[in-house]
Amino acid sequence: MATIHLTKDGFDKAVSQGLAMVDFWASWCGPCKMLAPVIEDLAGRYEGKALVGKVNVDDEPELAARFGVMSIPTVVFLKDGVEIDRKVGVMPADSFTAVLDANL
Amino acid sequence: MYDIAVIGGGPAGLSAAVQVRARNRSVLVVSGDDRDNPVYRSQHIANYLGLPDQRGPELLARFQAHADAMGVRRRPGQVLSVMPMGGWFYLSIGSDVEQARALVLATGVVRANKLPGEAEHLGAGVSYCATCDGMLYRGKPVVVVGKTHEAPGEANWLKEIGCQVTYVSEKEPQGLNQAIPFVKSARPEILGEQGVTALRAGDREIPCQGVFILRPSLAPADLLPGLKLEGGYLAVDRSMATSVPGVFAAGDCTGLPLQISKAVGEGQVAGHRAAEYVDKLEKAN
Repeated sequence: MATIHLTKDGFDKAVSQGLAMVDFWASWCGPCKMLAPVIEDLAGRYEGKALVGKVNVDDEPELAARFGVMSIPTVVFLKDGVEIDRKVGVMPADSFTAVLDANL
Repeated sequence: MYDIAVIGGGPAGLSAAVQVRARNRSVLVVSGDDRDNPVYRSQHIANYLGLPDQRGPELLARFQAHADAMGVRRRPGQVLSVMPMGGWFYLSIGSDVEQARALVLATGVVRANKLPGEAEHLGAGVSYCATCDGMLYRGKPVVVVGKTHEAPGEANWLKEIGCQVTYVSEKEPQGLNQAIPFVKSARPEILGEQGVTALRAGDREIPCQGVFILRPSLAPADLLPGLKLEGGYLAVDRSMATSVPGVFAAGDCTGLPLQISKAVGEGQVAGHRAAEYVDKLEKAN
């Protein structure tokens, strides 16, 4: 399953149930580009178990502001729509799978 | 994909790059402004073997010309992070990325200790990359703590995209947009409980939501978590290999003495071993 691109309108519905991992990124951010293949890979590995989504902060400044994103990449984890954890900056896949696995 | 990427364009990095080319491997050197290089700032270098009485800028220019003549690709910029991808590495440089199969860290000594409040607020108000995070601060008050010759340009850009910028540095900046207030301070302090609220520079408190700290290079351990240190320097073996496979280091970042000859020698070994490492990777596949 490909990563889901989330927008302001669909966001709350998309993350309302179960576990979700959302990558806030932008095209002008090198570290975000580095993280992109990791996120893609996780979307495949966690298909059916967790929603893996991306938010382009350039297109969705309101979502970025709502989550207080001040540095990208920022990955926010949500359970039933409520934030449970976040990781800021480039990290290896293990950092993300640790949070996902602990909350499945 | 380069065979080897070298982070840092001083004597260690350029020596490593020249050695990589001598072994017919491709190599990219990423480095900041020459004027931030300690060699450039050395007015008189007396102890480089066979070339006594050198001026820093001229010696650096010779090193660069040698590298260019050997087919080394050099690009300006600051590496913000490195990620091992299993057999190769991703490097991010501003808004761009590069790929290489092995790395040589030749970042020099990152002399400045972190500022008070910096580590606590990293990623939550403190940023090392104006290009990456500037857009998130449009319309908001930010401070640029400038420690490079490129920093005034970055501050000007932040102002252009709509940030309310104040510039703080030890010395008067060159090329700063005149509409940006300048505050002199060597060691400002970042304040705030939940997020950044101000920066204290001397007896002044500058209200802000973001602080961009722009140094010549990031500390290697910040670039790539997991690197083993020894007394604040990168731990390396006789092959100049660090604790991370495929990552080599040379020059001031590995420790004393902070001398050009030592940097050139270590760079030579690091470049050689990095090229060998890539040879082995190829044979294994």
